[in-house]
Formats: sequence, structure tokens, C-alpha cells
Amino acid sequence: MTTLDTLPVGQSAQITEIQGDDAIAIRLMEMGLTEGEEIRVLAVAPLGDPVEYEIRGYRLSLRRTEARRVLIRKEAPA
Amino acid sequence: MPDVLKVALIGNPNTGKSTLFNALSGLQSRVGNFPGVTVEKKIGRVQWGAATVELIDLPGTYSLAPRSLDEMVSVNVLLGKQADVGTPDAVICIVDASNLERNFYLLSQVLDIGLPTVLVMNMWDVAAERGQKIDVAALEARLGIPVVKCSAHKKTGVSEIQAAVQRAVAGGPRGVTQLFPAVFATETQLLAEKLAGWGHPHVAPYLLERLLLDVGGWLESHFGGQHAHDLFQYLQHARERLAAAGCKVPMIEARTRYAWARETLKGLVVQPANRAVTFSDRIDQWLTHRVVGLVSFFLIMLVVFLSLHTLSPPLQGVLEAGQGWLSSQVASVMGPGPLRSLINDGIIAGVGGVLVFLPQIIFLFLFIALLEDCGYMARAAFLMDKLMTKVGLSGKSFVPLMSSFACAIPGVMAARVIENRRDRMVTILVAPLMSCSARLPVYVLMTETFVPDVSWLGGLVSLKGLTLFFMTFFGAFVAIPVAWILKKTLFRGETPPFVMELPSYKWPSAWIVLRRVYDSAYSFVTRAGTLILAMSILIWAAGYFPGDHQESDRLQAQIEDLEKQPEPPADKLATLSAKQNELSGALLETSLLGRLGHAIEPAVIPLGWDWKIGVGVIASFPAREVIVATMGTIYSLGGDVDERNPDLRNTLKNSKWPDGRPVFTLPVAISIMVFFALCAQCASTLLVIKRETNSWGWALFTFVYMTGLAYVAALLVYQIGSRWA
Repeated sequence: MTTLDTLPVGQSAQITEIQGDDAIAIRLMEMGLTEGEEIRVLAVAPLGDPVEYEIRGYRLSLRRTEARRVLIRKEAPA
Repeated sequence: MPDVLKVALIGNPNTGKSTLFNALSGLQSRVGNFPGVTVEKKIGRVQWGAATVELIDLPGTYSLAPRSLDEMVSVNVLLGKQADVGTPDAVICIVDASNLERNFYLLSQVLDIGLPTVLVMNMWDVAAERGQKIDVAALEARLGIPVVKCSAHKKTGVSEIQAAVQRAVAGGPRGVTQLFPAVFATETQLLAEKLAGWGHPHVAPYLLERLLLDVGGWLESHFGGQHAHDLFQYLQHARERLAAAGCKVPMIEARTRYAWARETLKGLVVQPANRAVTFSDRIDQWLTHRVVGLVSFFLIMLVVFLSLHTLSPPLQGVLEAGQGWLSSQVASVMGPGPLRSLINDGIIAGVGGVLVFLPQIIFLFLFIALLEDCGYMARAAFLMDKLMTKVGLSGKSFVPLMSSFACAIPGVMAARVIENRRDRMVTILVAPLMSCSARLPVYVLMTETFVPDVSWLGGLVSLKGLTLFFMTFFGAFVAIPVAWILKKTLFRGETPPFVMELPSYKWPSAWIVLRRVYDSAYSFVTRAGTLILAMSILIWAAGYFPGDHQESDRLQAQIEDLEKQPEPPADKLATLSAKQNELSGALLETSLLGRLGHAIEPAVIPLGWDWKIGVGVIASFPAREVIVATMGTIYSLGGDVDERNPDLRNTLKNSKWPDGRPVFTLPVAISIMVFFALCAQCASTLLVIKRETNSWGWALFTFVYMTGLAYVAALLVYQIGSRWA
């Protein structure tokens, strides 16, 4: 099981699950992180946190602790 | 159609909602607070043809799932449960045309409420430039509501929106399409029956939906009244039943609504075949870069900060000159006396004391609006977040705190952008600890007069310079533990999500930026300015009464007569001025303010201060820099001395306790500086805190904690310093 915070810059993956039912999990889902969606890592902030992602055609910043809630499946290298 | 058409405006952040609000309502909007919460209430009243329209701007949000009282306000307004607003006749939901899918999440919640709705697709021009095409007619047919293309910053589409709203209202109530699976509808029905049994009949269907969906939401813990516990248990069981039927809460909501969004938009939106790497993508690559990003961030912040520091003083000088001119006009038509003193030293000085903050507010909000509108503000928060999490805050607190180094007032006002209430409160409460420009005169006077003239490296580094540098950052160092403690005690709670959209870069629109600057300046003058003026007049009265000013007024009249002569006799003027200054000092000592200074002397003696410093501290409550002028008056040098005045320095050096010891020593000077670094000697800041937090309690809290901290720190400095020196 891989979590989103471990995905390196430039790579994409498919979301399989958002863990938890607290404010953070709900906010992630509201922002469009739902199962089956593709998410890509764009950049990491200079101090190592947060991380910039692209999802549903827009850009989003997540802290690593938040990205850890997102389970992903890496896409087979094309 | 009703007499006044009430229209609510809702949308995600970064969709240009405020711009649309301004375009629709013109300049006539009232800003206030919804009762009992810190949510800003913006209402515009306009004439759309024959109809009078009241436009209600709701806070930007990604979702209508209230997790706090603040978030509940929008839901209450839309359901017609907000008594001070009434029931809206229609709602305008504004979305970003180039980001429809995510924006449709909120739209789907708005549609569930059932009000006549108009969908506004804003930033149409940007989307069109990127080659995106949307079949508006087909979308309108699928949604069953009017859909309008709009570019609010160019004011295009505005009249179409007005027509669409009237069309939607004329169409009457809309049917609500059930998006959720049948089992969910069953549970909603069961919950409604249960609540009716507990004395809550006719609960709005949207609230029933929210009760089931929002785990840990605001409604769950505030709805039930005496049956709160039963409700809580019931909801847990209901959610278990839903999960068993394949509708796991809260996941089911995102899954259902996003599936609806995709289905609704399917085949109607044509994206350019190859999404070109846009200008925005390229800029973002550099501005969030590890090295280039940080360097550009610090350069941008340096420009903002230096501009506040260098551009504001000349304008403040102009304002002060205007104030001086006005006072002299009053003096030329009116002899010295209580009324003239009230007008000049109370009212004109008070108005001046309000206006003096305007340049800094205008410049800061000019930069903030520019950075916000072009999309950089979110990146600034992105870059600084890690640093700010060390004290429990988020990246969004950085800019408000940095600007507080120029002046805490615009800094506190800038904290409005922080959505999370606890983070916003902590930012507001520690902002006044940042060393503002009004503290500098105190530091300069004390440092230049009492810090030994020692320097190293051929004069490059001097002890005086180091002291000034240290004092400038002292407050910020103290703010670190204060913020940390506040986050661990009064504002304890789960870490709020920092899930933040990074909007595309765009050229800022002059109209939006200027409007934002105008709004902040206007709201400061009308809502905090009046309180500041009242405070200034009170302090003037305390320094003027009681006291027999006849002799002083007579001397003043003589001086003014002499000054009118073509060649005023210098020596005679000097004698009179000296006498007059002597008298002013004596009058201040016997005034209410002076007596207060004497009364608090036992409290300030442990800090190494005499009653004169005590008076200075009390008199400088409206604004810190006033202490220099007060010291001038009390030491009989007149009130128009500044911190570089050599007479004032000599007088301070030579002032003695009754037993002949000098009053001012190095430990005393440092004790005064440390006190001023930490104390809340700025009534204007406290009044702005009152306004921003919508509570006198937090203004009082700030005053008490800062003054307490200042006292203890000054006490330690003096007691340790005087034993060691």
C-alpha cells in the first residue's frame, strides 16, 4: 500500500482510498480527491513541505501529513 | 415578484466572486458582521430596471458542509434561517469556467437546497483563450437553470446575469433531483420522522442530508437540544446502516457529487487537444523552485516591506503638515482657551491620528491585492508554511505578521484571509508584538541618549546599531512562545487542513486592486477611525482637566502676538516660551493624567521609572510615539520636541530623583525600551482587534497579556541590570 506523500516529483498515480472521516479527510474529498482519480506531483516547497499536486485540471497544495491519508496505486510505466 | 429581490451570491474561493459582487452592486454596499460570528456580511442594494435588489455576498467556500458556527452562516442564509437577512429569492452560484468539475461540487450542494439558482461561469475569457469550448445551451438544458457566461473583471455578462436572476425567480421554486442512492433517501425520511418525534418537525431536507453526511460536523453537535445525545447515537447507527448498504459516509458525498459533475459536463466541454504548457505553468515552476522560489519570495517581501517603510512617511508628513496648517488656521481666528485646545489638540490631532495610518493601510493592501489577484499570495503561503507550522500556525499567517513590522493595524486587518478561526485569532493576537514603526522613536531616543558610543570593525558595527537591531526583532522572538502557548491553550484543537488551491497566475486587474484598497481604507476610517477619535479626545481631556489654564492661555496669546510682529524679539520670545513650557509641564502634572502618573508610581518604581515616565506611558496609550512629545511637555521643553532633540536628551540625562541619583541609567533606558517593545500601547490596534474579532473581550485580552508581559520583562531587565551595572 503506497501513500501519496511518497510519490516523487513528476510522477502520477491513481487514488484508491482516502483514510479517515475527520475534517482533513472530508476536505480532501471535497477538493476532488476521490477514488479512481489521477493525481500528479508538480513540486515540493523549498523547506520540504507542503507539496504541489495537480488533480482534475487544477493545482493543489497538501502538507505531507495530509497526503499520507491518500492511498494510491502507481500507474504502470507506459 | 417581491418588493425587494433578495439574491445570495456563493462560490468557491478564487472564482472572482467579490469582483462580481462589486460589478453587480456598484459602490453601494454595507459591510458588517453576521451577529455572533466573525463572518463578514456584505450587502449591496441596487436597482435592476424596475426591481430593487438586495445582494448578499456569502464567504467563499468549497463546500456547504458546516464544521463551525462561522460556516453554518452560509447554510442558514440560503435556508432563510438567518433572521437579519431573511429568505433569499434566488442564489447566484459563481464558478471558474476553466475549472468546472471541482466548482460543480459546490453547485450540486446549492442545487440541493432548492432555491431558484443561476449559474455564472466566470473568467470565461481566460478559458476561451486557452481554447476551451463549452456548450452553454446544452448545459442549461441539463441543469434546468439559467447559465450565464461572464468576465466579471471586464464587467461583461453583468446585464445577462440580472436578466437570468429575474427569469429564475419568475420560474418559482425548483424541484430537487435526488443524486444519492435510494437507501439514502430512506434514511433521510427515517431521520425526519425521528426528529419530528423529538420536537423538530419540518427540518429542511438539506439539513437532514447534512446531519447524515457530516461526521463531526457542526449540526451533529448543535442540533438536538435536549435530545442531542439520542440524536448522536441515532446518527451513528444510521451511518452504519448506510455503510452496510454500500453508502459509506462521508465518502459517498464526494463520490456522488463528483460523478454527477462529470456526467453533467460529459460531451459539453471541449478541451484543447494538447494542453499547452501555459505561461502560468512556466512561472509556477520558477516561483515554487527550491532556490529561485525562495530568493524571489524574499525579494518580493523586501519590496513590500521597504515600500511600507519608505513610501508611507512622506505621505504621513503631508498629512501632518495639513494637520499643522489646519491648527494654525484655527489659532488665527480663535484665542487660546479650552475650546481651541479641544479643537486643535483633541479633534484635529485625533483625526490626524486616524489618518496617519492610512498610507500604510493603502500601501499594504495595494500589495496584498496585487499579489492576491495575480495568484502569488497562495504561493507565498505555500513557501512559508513549513516555517509557520513550527509555532502551530500556517503559511497564511506569514504576510499579516510581516506587515505588522510596519504597523499592526493593516497586519491585523490582513489576517482576514486566514479561514481557520483559531489560526486567525492567534495571528491577530500576536501581530501587535511585531515591532511597528511607531516604536522606533522610543528606541532611537533611548539608544542615542543612553547606550555607550562603542563601535567595532572601523565603525561598521556599533553598540547603538546593534541595540536598535535587537529591539526591532525582540517582539518577534517573544511572539514565538506566545503563539505556541496560545495554540496549546486557548486555541487548542485539531490541526486545520492546509488543503489549499494554487490558482493560475494572471495579470492583476487595476479595477479589482483599487477597489480592494478603497474598501480596506474606507472600512478602517468608518469602523475603527471613529473609536480612535473618541479615544484621542478622552486622553486630551485627561491631560487638560482639571487645571487653571488662564495664565497659560495669556502667555500663549502674548507669544502669538509677538510672533505676528515683522521682527519678533527673539530673547523676549524665548523667555516667554520657557515660562509657558514650565507652566504646561506643571499643568500636566496636576491634570488627571499627571495624578494618574503619580498614583501608579509605586507600580513603576520597581521598573526603575519615576512618575514622569509613568505619565508618558499613560499619555502614549493612543499611540506609542506620543511618549516623546509628552516627555517634552513634562520636562518643560514644550510638546513639539522630537526624538533627536538635543535639549530633550540633555534634560533626560540630567534629571534626578529627590535624593540626587540620576533617573535615567542604562538599565532604566533598556527597561523602557523592553516595555515599549511588548506593551499594547496603541489604542488604535486594540480597536482594530475589537473590530476584526467582533468582540471587546479579545481587545481587552490583548491589552492585558501584552502589558503584563511588558511589565514582567521590564521588571526583570531593570532588577537584574541595576544589580549588575
